[in-house]
Amino acid sequence: MTGKFTVRIQREPFDVAAETAVLTHGRTDVGAVVTFTGVCRGDEAGEPIAALTLEHYPGMAEAEIERHAAEAAKRWPLLGATVVHRHGRITPGEDIVMVATASSHRQAAFAAAEFLMDYLKTRAPFWKQVETTGGKTWVEAKGADDAAAARWRAPGKQAAE
Amino acid sequence: MRTKLRYFAWVRERVGKPEEDIDIPPGVATVGQLMTWLAARGEEYAHAFDNPRVIRAAIDKTHVNAQAAIKGAGEIAFFPPMTGG
Repeated sequence: MTGKFTVRIQREPFDVAAETAVLTHGRTDVGAVVTFTGVCRGDEAGEPIAALTLEHYPGMAEAEIERHAAEAAKRWPLLGATVVHRHGRITPGEDIVMVATASSHRQAAFAAAEFLMDYLKTRAPFWKQVETTGGKTWVEAKGADDAAAARWRAPGKQAAE
Repeated sequence: MRTKLRYFAWVRERVGKPEEDIDIPPGVATVGQLMTWLAARGEEYAHAFDNPRVIRAAIDKTHVNAQAAIKGAGEIAFFPPMTGG
């Protein structure tokens, strides 16, 4: 992998602009940076929520995301990627996760960002607990997320760059 | 075999602890067998592992399936399907 690949799990908020600047700083070969930010919604399954609490498996969470960042770098000509995922209590409107990918051209950056998010949702060991006035409940995994991750394994998809 | 077990999310809540060191008897060879054995250890374990098909496992921080051998594992973790992102 050439370029800067960063994976961080932290409690504190992150700064998307600052993280993105790291990917382009001092180089002129980057022609495209795609960023995705996952934000805490104020409702879950139609019910208003007070907050989310994210639990994770320290060590494994970083390792899983790093493994998929390496896989993305094999599939697409990336010049860098950054994934930051928060844990702990997060209130509606706050950022939860960000993915930024850099490449010479947009197609690779878009595809790699989507690939990383799809795998992060289904393979990185994080669990969301929702806080409502009625108490705390664990969010159930969605079949749609599994399907989103599975399409990257579909025949022919691997060649898409 | 003395092994560290770790539990996350509702598996942790049901078992009532985040981790423990446990002596696994020699007859328990796979992740699936370990879940069956754990479920028989008491009410809280029975509750945590009452539907082992929905529980995911990792050996030494790598995803594994229920057929995976546990021999040589330093740390085995059990948790629900992931919901991050």
